[in-house]
Amino acid sequence: MTRPTPETLAHTARRARATADPAGTVDPAAATRAAATPAAPAVRTAAPAQVSGAGSLVRSLEALGVDVVFGIPGGAILPAYDPLYDSTVRHILVRHEQGAGHAATGYAQATGKVGVCIATSGPGATNLVTPIADAYMDSVAMVAITGQVARPSIGTDAFQEADIQGITLPITKHNFLVQTPEEIPQVLAEAFHLASTGRPGPVLVDIPKDVLQAPTTFAWPPTLELPGYRPTLHPHGKQIREAARLMAGARRPVLYVGGGVLKAGATDSLRRLAELTGIPVVTTLMALGAFPDSHRQHLGMPGMHGTVAANYALQKSDLIVALGARFDDRVTGKLDSFAPDAAVVHADIDPAEIGKNRHADVPIVGDARHVIDELIAAVGVERSTGRGTDLGDWWTQLDDLRTRYPLGYEEPSDGTLSPHYVIKRLGEIVGSDAIYVAGVGQHQMWASQFISYEKPYTWLNSGGLGTMGYAVPAAMGAKVGKPDAVVWAIDGDGCFQMTNQELATCALEGIPVKIAVINNGNLGMVRQWQTLFYNERYSNTELGTHKHRIPDFVKLAEALGCVGLRCETADDVDKTIAAAMEINDAPVVIDFVVGKDAMVWPMVPAGTSNDEIMFARGVRPVFDEDDI
Amino acid sequence: MTMHTLSVLVENKPGVLARVSGLFSRRGFNIDSLAVGETENPDVSRITIVVNAESSPLEQVTKQLNKLVNVLKIVELDPQVSVARELLLVKVRADRAARSQVLETVNLFRARVVDVAPDTLTIEATGTPDKLDALLRDLEPFGIKEMVQSGLVAIGRGSRSITAGPALRAA
Repeated sequence: MTRPTPETLAHTARRARATADPAGTVDPAAATRAAATPAAPAVRTAAPAQVSGAGSLVRSLEALGVDVVFGIPGGAILPAYDPLYDSTVRHILVRHEQGAGHAATGYAQATGKVGVCIATSGPGATNLVTPIADAYMDSVAMVAITGQVARPSIGTDAFQEADIQGITLPITKHNFLVQTPEEIPQVLAEAFHLASTGRPGPVLVDIPKDVLQAPTTFAWPPTLELPGYRPTLHPHGKQIREAARLMAGARRPVLYVGGGVLKAGATDSLRRLAELTGIPVVTTLMALGAFPDSHRQHLGMPGMHGTVAANYALQKSDLIVALGARFDDRVTGKLDSFAPDAAVVHADIDPAEIGKNRHADVPIVGDARHVIDELIAAVGVERSTGRGTDLGDWWTQLDDLRTRYPLGYEEPSDGTLSPHYVIKRLGEIVGSDAIYVAGVGQHQMWASQFISYEKPYTWLNSGGLGTMGYAVPAAMGAKVGKPDAVVWAIDGDGCFQMTNQELATCALEGIPVKIAVINNGNLGMVRQWQTLFYNERYSNTELGTHKHRIPDFVKLAEALGCVGLRCETADDVDKTIAAAMEINDAPVVIDFVVGKDAMVWPMVPAGTSNDEIMFARGVRPVFDEDDI
Repeated sequence: MTMHTLSVLVENKPGVLARVSGLFSRRGFNIDSLAVGETENPDVSRITIVVNAESSPLEQVTKQLNKLVNVLKIVELDPQVSVARELLLVKVRADRAARSQVLETVNLFRARVVDVAPDTLTIEATGTPDKLDALLRDLEPFGIKEMVQSGLVAIGRGSRSITAGPALRAA
C-alpha cells in the first residue's frame, strides 16, 4: 500500500484514459524469468497503423510488454514523451539520469524482466554512461533509449550532441543508431532480444529527433535480423560427461557458483546438484541467494572479503566446478597462486569467459540451467556405475575451519555503535523475504556477510563496476518491480550522498523504499586501506557527516519527502528498525551513526595470494599445517 | 609473437569497422594491417586483419570479436594454405640516366609502371609482403619519393570457401 500522490493519481487517470489498444496490454508472460529463452515479441500482433516515429517507439514498448520506464525528458527525446503521456507504460520521472539507469538495473535484477531507461541527447545520454557500464559488468538486461540530435545535425557539434553510440561501444552488449522511422519496431525488438538472451547485458538505442517526428507505419511483430547472434544454450554432451567423471573422482571438489546461475533461473537445479553430490558450495558476491546461506553445504562467499572456509576450499581443492562465474580478480586474488592443484570445469554461456583468466580443463559453453540439469543426469550415470568419492575427510577439514574461523566482529572498544551489529539485526528483523540492495564499500561487504540470503533475487548490488551511488536508485527500481516486497537499501554515507535525490522520486511516485545509512562519517573502505596500507594517513576520507553533521541525514530525508529516523546506540537498533518497518506509505531513511574504525574482515590484501587471507588485523589462519 | 591473419566476415552496416578495430585497441593489440571490402554477397563485408600476438591472448580477442553482434564468422588463415597479397604504389626518382635500371627492376618483380613524369616513375606492384619488401629494397637506391601500401588481403587455397553460412541467408 502506498500513499497516493498527485503524480501517481495522474498516472492512474491516464492509464484509465488510454484507449484499449490491442498492442497495449501488459503481458504476464513477459514476467517469466528465463535469460536463456528468447524474448517472444511475436506473441501479439498489431495491424499496420500510421503513427510518428515516437508513436512507433511507444507502441513497440507496449508490444514488448514494458510496464515501466525510468527517465527524464529533454529536447531531442521530447517527441517520445507526447505519446508516452497516453500510454499504458508508466514513466517514472527521476531526478538524474544515473538514477534512471540504476533503477532500470534494480528493476531487472529483482524481476528478471528487461529494465528500461530513457534520456535525452548529450548530457542526458552521458549521464547514463555509469549505469550502462555497471549493467555491462554485472550482465544485467537493460535497454537504454536516448534521443539524438536530428539526422542533418549529426556530426556538427550541435547543441546537446554527443556520440553516445561511440561512447558506449565498449560498455554495451550492442547499440543502435536508428536511421529511419520504419526500423524502430525492429530495432526495439532486437534490442530487447539481445539484452535478455544469452549472456544478458545493456543495449542502447539512440534515436534522432527527426526520426521520432517523422510519419511512419507501425506494425507488430517485426522480423529480427541478427544473423551474427547465436548464443549457445545447450552444452556439449561429451564435456558434460567428462565433468561428471571428474566430479565423481575428485576428493576435494568445490562448486564455485556465480551470478550466471541466478540469470539462468537455475537455483533449484543447483540445489539438486549440490545435494546429489555432497560437494561444498561457494557463492560469489553476484550469486548470493542462489544457494541458501543456511544450507549445510554452503561455505559462504570466496574472495577478498570472503570466508576463510570458502577461500581455503578453493585454494586446496582438486576440482573447481565453476558455474556462471568468471574467476574475477576479487575472487582469485593473485591469479598464479589461485587454487594451484585444482582441475577446472568452467561452464559459462559466454565462451569468451572460459579460459580468460584461468585455464579450463573442461570448458562447457551453455546456459547454467541446461548445464546443471545435464550434469545432474550425468552424475547420476556415474553413481549408477558405483563411482563416487567419500568427501568425509574434506568436510571434516572444512567444518573445522568453519568452526574456528566464523564470520564475526568485535564490539568497538570506544563505545560507538557497531555497523556489523546494525546490519546483522536488520537482516534478522526484516527476514529473508525482503530484497536488500547495497551500495559499494564496507557496508556492502558487511551486508554480504551478516545478512542471511535464503532466496534468489533478494540481494542486489554493484559487483563488477563497484558503483558508489547504486543503492538508492536500484532499490527504487526493485520496489517498482516488486511492489509487495520489502526493499531495504543498505548504503554508506558516501554512497548515499551521490544519488539520494532519487528519494524525491520515491516520495512523489509512491515508492516506499527503506534506506539504512551506515554512517561512519568517512569513505569507510578507502579509510580501511589507509589504515592498513598507508600508515593511517587519512587523506580526504573524512566526510564530515559525523563531525559537522553535514548533511543531517534526518533533515535531508524529511526535505526529500521521506521519514527520517536516527539511531546512535545498540539499544535503539531494534526499535528503530521496527519503527521503519511500520511505515509503509512513505520512504524511510535511518541514519545509523556508527563508529569509524570498524573494518571488513577477513581480507585478502589486493594483489596477493588468497593463501595470505587475514582473519582479523594481524591474525592469519593456520592452513598450511593442515595436511590433506 | 607471431603474425596472425584473421579473416572476419561482418554485416555490411555503418560502424562495424569501428566496433572491430576498437576491440583490438581496447584489449591492447596493435593491428599491423587491415583491409575491408564487400564480398560476393553485398550484405557482407570481409575484414582482413594482420596482428602480431601470442596465441592465447589472440584467442581471447577472437572470442570477444565473435561476441560482436555484427560479426558473422572469423577464420584464422594459415599462411601455408592461403594466398595473401598486398598492393603497393611507389613513386621512384628515375631521370634519364636511371630510368632503364628502374624499369629492369620493375620487370624483374613483374610490377607495372602506371604513371610517368620527366624525373619519376610511379610503379604498381602486388605480392606477398616479402616480395614487396624486396622490391622496395631494390628501388631504394634510386630514391623513393612517396609510397602507399594497402592492407593485406588473403584467401584460402583450394575449392573450399569461407562464407557467412546459412545464418545470413535465413535472415
